[in-house]
This record gives sequence, C-alpha cells and structure tokens, in this order.
Amino acid sequence: MRNTTARKRVGSNAPIISLEHVSKAYSAGAPALNDVNLHINKGEFVFIVGDSGSGKSTLIKLLLRELLPSSGRIVVNGTDVAKLKRRQIPKFRRNLGVVFQDFRLLNDRNVYENVAFAQRIVQKSGREIRKNVPSILSTVGLAGKYKAKPKQLSGGEQQRVAIARALVNKPQILLADEPTGNLDPKITWDIMNLLEKINNNGTTVIVVTHNREIVNDMQKRVVTMRKGVIVSDEEKGGYIDED
Amino acid sequence: MRINTLFYCMLQGLKNIFRNKWVTLATVATISACLFLFGLFYSILVNFNHMVKSAEQRVAVTALLELGVSDERVSEIRSMIESRDEVKEVTYLSADETWEKFAEENDFGDISIFTENPLEDCAHFDIYMNDVSKQSELVSFLESVDGIRKVNQSALTARVLTGVNSIIGYVSIGIILVLFLVSIFLISNTVTIGIQMRKGEIQIMKYIGATDFFARAPFVIEGIIIGFIGSLIPLTVIYFLYNEAVIYAATSYSFMSSIIQFLPVQEVFETLLPICIGIGVGIGFIGSYTTVRKHLSV
Repeated sequence: MRNTTARKRVGSNAPIISLEHVSKAYSAGAPALNDVNLHINKGEFVFIVGDSGSGKSTLIKLLLRELLPSSGRIVVNGTDVAKLKRRQIPKFRRNLGVVFQDFRLLNDRNVYENVAFAQRIVQKSGREIRKNVPSILSTVGLAGKYKAKPKQLSGGEQQRVAIARALVNKPQILLADEPTGNLDPKITWDIMNLLEKINNNGTTVIVVTHNREIVNDMQKRVVTMRKGVIVSDEEKGGYIDED
Repeated sequence: MRINTLFYCMLQGLKNIFRNKWVTLATVATISACLFLFGLFYSILVNFNHMVKSAEQRVAVTALLELGVSDERVSEIRSMIESRDEVKEVTYLSADETWEKFAEENDFGDISIFTENPLEDCAHFDIYMNDVSKQSELVSFLESVDGIRKVNQSALTARVLTGVNSIIGYVSIGIILVLFLVSIFLISNTVTIGIQMRKGEIQIMKYIGATDFFARAPFVIEGIIIGFIGSLIPLTVIYFLYNEAVIYAATSYSFMSSIIQFLPVQEVFETLLPICIGIGVGIGFIGSYTTVRKHLSV
C-alpha cells in the first residue's frame, strides 16, 4: 500500500470536486463510505478503482446528487450538493456528463436523437442542435451513423453515443462508471483514448473501473477504495490488489 | 420554458404511442374493455330506471268533485294541485266530458238518446305524479280540499313501483360503482405497467439533467391520448349497438311499446359520454403522472 492518506491537491485552481469527511450509511450494515476526503482539480483525469462493495458506485451517486451524504460536505463545481433544492438538481447535473457501463441509450431513437435529446433538455434552439450534434458525433467518430438505432451499433459505438450525449452540453466534469465493462479489449482502448482526448480538451474526467490493464498503462491519478475508505491516492498510480 | 420545448414534449408524447405500440395497444384494449362494460351496464340501468319512472308517471290519482262546484272553484283547486312538487300533470274532465269518454271507451254508440248525464257527479281531476312514493301525502291533501268529495288511488301499484324503483336505484348504484372501481383499478394498473417497463427511460432523462416536467410531460400526454382513444372506442361501439337494439326492440316487440320505452341515445350519452371520457382521460393523466413520479427521484 503506497499512500493511505487522501490529500488536497495543490494547483492554480480550487478543486472542482471536493469531498470533506464524507460518510454515507444505508439503513443497515457498515457504511458504504467512511470519512472520505477527496479533492479533484479542474482538468484532471482520475481513475477510481476498488473491488465490489468498496464504495465506488456510492461515490458516483453522491457526486450526481442521487444520494445525500450522511455526514460531511461535497462541493461540485462550487455547489454544495447537500444544499441543493430538488428543483435545482437538473441544472446542477447539466454540468456533469455521465456515462454508464450499460450505455443507457434510448433504444427507440436513433443516434442523432439520443444526442439531441440532451440538448433539448437544456432548451437549446433547433439551430444550435443542428450545429452541435453533428459536431460532437464527429468528435466521437460516429458522424456517418447518425441515423442508426442503438441496437444496430456495436457495444463500442453505443458507448461512443453515450459519451457524445454526455459531452454535447459541454460539461466541466465527465463521470464514467465502468465505461468499458461491457467492451472487448480493442474497443476498450478506443474508448479510453477518446476519454483522454476529451480530458486533453479541458474536461475533468473521472473513470470508475475494474480494468487493471488500462489503469496501469495510462499512468493517471488513481484513487483506490476499499470498504468505503480511500486507501491510496497516487498521482501516476497503478492498480492495487487487495491482499 | 420555451414554447418549442413544450411542443417537443407534446410531440414526444404522441410519438411514444407509436414507439411502444404493443403497450399502447394493450392499454387501449384494457381501457376500452372496461369502459365498454361500464357503458353497457350504465345504458341498461338508466333504461330500467326510465321505464319504472314512466310507469310511475302513468299512475294517476283521481279526485272527484262535488256536484255543482263552480268553474272558478275548479280553477282554484287545479292551481292548488299543480303547485305541489310531486305533481307532474293535472287534467280536468267535466261531468259531460267524463260521460262522453266513458261512452266512447265502452262503445255505447250514439249517446244523444240519453236525456240525462248518468255521470253527473263525476267531474274530476286526473293527477299524474313525478314521485309516486308521495301518493299518500297527495291523497291526504286532496281529501282536505273543499269541493273534492272522493279520491281514488291505487295504493298497491304505488307501493310496488316505489319498491321496484328503490331496488333498481340501489342495484344500479352498486353495479355502476363496482364497475367504476374495477375500471379504475384495471386501467391504472395497465398504465402503471406500461410506464414501469420504461422506467429506465425516465432515469436516463433525470441523469442528464431533465427537469421533472420535461421527463414527465411526454408520459402524461401519452397517457391522456391513450385514455381518450380508449374511451372513444367503446362509446362509438355502444352508440351503434344501442341504436340497433332500440330499432330491433321497436320492430320486434312493438306490442310492448307502451311498457318498454327506451331513452333516446342522445339522452343516454349526455351523461355517459363525459363520464367515460372523464374516466379514460382522467386515469390516463393521473395514472401516468403518479407512476412517473415514483421514478423521478433519481
């Protein structure tokens, strides 16, 4: 174990995500998160790794304000999530792009409509949608498949659509929960390269993953969780096995 | 909210009907089946009610006048009777008219051979009632009126009709209430299941920052449209079936036309149409609104 203390990052910017003494307990059993401190600066690429039950999913849900912490403070994009009123949550989430392992696309709509849907939500005009959607589809390499339905695409292509949807509103943070969990190794690397490219354009990217190979090869910041606690936070880390 | 966002939500609601055509079909079929049964029983029961009411209104109380009552007094008595709530219609027959009618009904032929009116003391009022259960009250009143010598009534008929009427009233309310509740239960369950199957869609919308309104509106519009279509189908079927039934009964059982009198379809639909559309659209709206709400807390 290399570093058991989560530390506040230094940099020119204040952290874009900040968790201070955050705990989350469900009704019974041990807490899913226990006194977690984590600070992520703008523009960082961070892997969050850990075995099942380590608290990774709970962390993502807290960042999305799907759950509230039992104690502690979470600040995302300068917003204390606990202070958000229910009606403020949609606007808060529009600054967070989110990608899931199972893609979560609307299967009855084509690629273009899936991406345009995110723009509709933020009430973009038809003209803006017609400009932004083809542009983001080009970025993810799907410009030629805008008419296809999700079921007509490969897993990797579906995940690209999900990434395009997450990015079309230009969020400052992209949360990816096991984005390569359903993909073969080659496609996995395509997706990770795409995420790195997005990060290079200034978006903060947080990837929750089990994939040892990509974590070890990409040499990014790695936050390792175990039983609701951050056990390691490395600047250019690798996958730490539970022993 | 932008107007085009509102139109977008409405358009999505409309498109959802075709995107999920099997769920739409199942929901419309359930709503139609429930409302068809409801409408059918409603039509039958209001006609039963109508027939009993008609029978009630054919039961007359006869008030025989004393001999030599002046025309002024006859008018006064008539006004007194007509002013009562339970009275629907009053007809007056003078002694001569009574005799002529009696002779005509009994085929006496030429009555000019009679030098005197044998029914000279039979000038009377025939009083038809709105509510036959109040017959005894009316009779008591008539007996107290100066100038009326005798009151004839059919107490047994009144009692039977009153009893039948109240039984039909209770049975009607019971059956309609049960069908109403069963319809609401089945329809709301179908709407709920249809939306449960698509809860992932609602969650996706919420994760990417949709407001509750944006996530809910297409489902609610879809629910309203499905409810509306589901109520129009049985109403159309009942409308044509009812007309056919009325024509069939009128031609095949014309000898019973004095007993079996159907309400015109327009009169039945005056109440049935808003109730059925109200149930369909109302449950479509409430069912989708409340079911979507369950999945909005993401």
